[in-house]
Amino acid sequence: MNKTDALIIGAGPTGLFTAHQLKLIGLNCEIVDNLNKIGGQCIELYPDKPIYDIPAVPECTGEELTNNLLNQLKPFDIKFHLNERVEQVKKENDNWLVKTSGGNSFQTPNVIIAGGVGSFEPRKFSPKECEKFENKSLFYSVKNKSVFKGKTVSIFGGGDSALDWAIELSKDSNVNLIHRRDEFRGVQATVDKMYELKKAGKINLFTKYQIKNVHGDKKLESIDIIHENSEIQSLKTDYVLGFFGLIMQLGPIANWGLNLNKKTIEVDTEKFESNQKGIYVVGDICNYPGKLKLILSGFHEGALAARACFKLARPNEKYRFEFTTTSTNLLKRLGKKE
Amino acid sequence: MFCILALFFLSLIYIYMPKITYNTHDNKTYTIEVQNGLTVMEGAVQNDIPGIDADCGGGMACATCHVYVKEDWFNKLPKKEDGEEDMLDMAFEPKPNSRLSCQIIVSNDLDGLEVNIPSKQT
Repeated sequence: MNKTDALIIGAGPTGLFTAHQLKLIGLNCEIVDNLNKIGGQCIELYPDKPIYDIPAVPECTGEELTNNLLNQLKPFDIKFHLNERVEQVKKENDNWLVKTSGGNSFQTPNVIIAGGVGSFEPRKFSPKECEKFENKSLFYSVKNKSVFKGKTVSIFGGGDSALDWAIELSKDSNVNLIHRRDEFRGVQATVDKMYELKKAGKINLFTKYQIKNVHGDKKLESIDIIHENSEIQSLKTDYVLGFFGLIMQLGPIANWGLNLNKKTIEVDTEKFESNQKGIYVVGDICNYPGKLKLILSGFHEGALAARACFKLARPNEKYRFEFTTTSTNLLKRLGKKE
Repeated sequence: MFCILALFFLSLIYIYMPKITYNTHDNKTYTIEVQNGLTVMEGAVQNDIPGIDADCGGGMACATCHVYVKEDWFNKLPKKEDGEEDMLDMAFEPKPNSRLSCQIIVSNDLDGLEVNIPSKQT
């Protein structure tokens, strides 16, 4: 059981800056994120796209913003729990008991949800029959590539993941690569390499095709793919891989007794607290009159939520507002003064 | 008199709003007046038309405002920008007439546009 003053759900820009604000005012915090890396939507959706509306930063990419925020956290010791999704949040006396998919549990008076639009999950195939084979012979990520050796693998998608795996697996497997159009959005060198392998007969390429159905009793036997012009082909296959990127799902957050408005959570604008005492919501996932889904709004919301956490984490102390320019306390925490 | 007439026509132009028709997967039809300059996605979200999630808020970053444009309208729309086709790779059951509704900006030219909303977005 980890005890902490505040637990942040989500390691996107808002979560990171909220951690900064908590540490600055002298509270501990830990951060959980479902992704295997820090940065949230910034790193997953637009690492290379420039952002132009961060105050005092004329231009930076999602990745640069994440790195800058991490640099800003350097003076502090913050524990990250990546690749873990928060499954359960339960009230226990004055604390919240939080459990993650990675088996971690936390006891904390304050939970700050900075979850963007929920957690990222792989986008799945649309035919219902696919579920039957999921994680047996149909996967959305590769954990152990050795199982594909000597087998037929049908890979769907047109981005780098699909291309990279098609190239990699073509060494020891019979690979079908299926994509809904002629163009691939992968790195040019990777696309060229794939076409080379296709020419050499190492990859069977099917463009303008999508999955129609999967067949098999206990074991996956074949799939049907359908062309843009409705022509259907049947392919014998042992495994199917789908790489359609990630989608954001609200996930278990929906079950924590919070006031939801579509996929967002309603908060007040003083503490950014939800209808549950000690659960705050900041960034894209919170909702209040006039809410803007901007990174800068998330920073403001996090700063206020952090101050609200102080009251529950240090009930016998009084929070005093201070500036980093002048406060010895703050400068000490930042490592700028002995 | 001329001034009054001119004002009258000007106001007509001003209040005139293009109508956009959204057909949902369960065969419900919504015809909505959408202000020029808004996107087809915003028209749907602001009027609570179900089936368009628009998770990223119109940033062409999520493919959850995916629609099928009625065939006769598809070629009349301004062409897709770079990146939209890439995002459509991720959409649920994309077709040749698929578009992201956040990338279609409403103008008088689009009066009468009809889009079908897919059975789901993810």
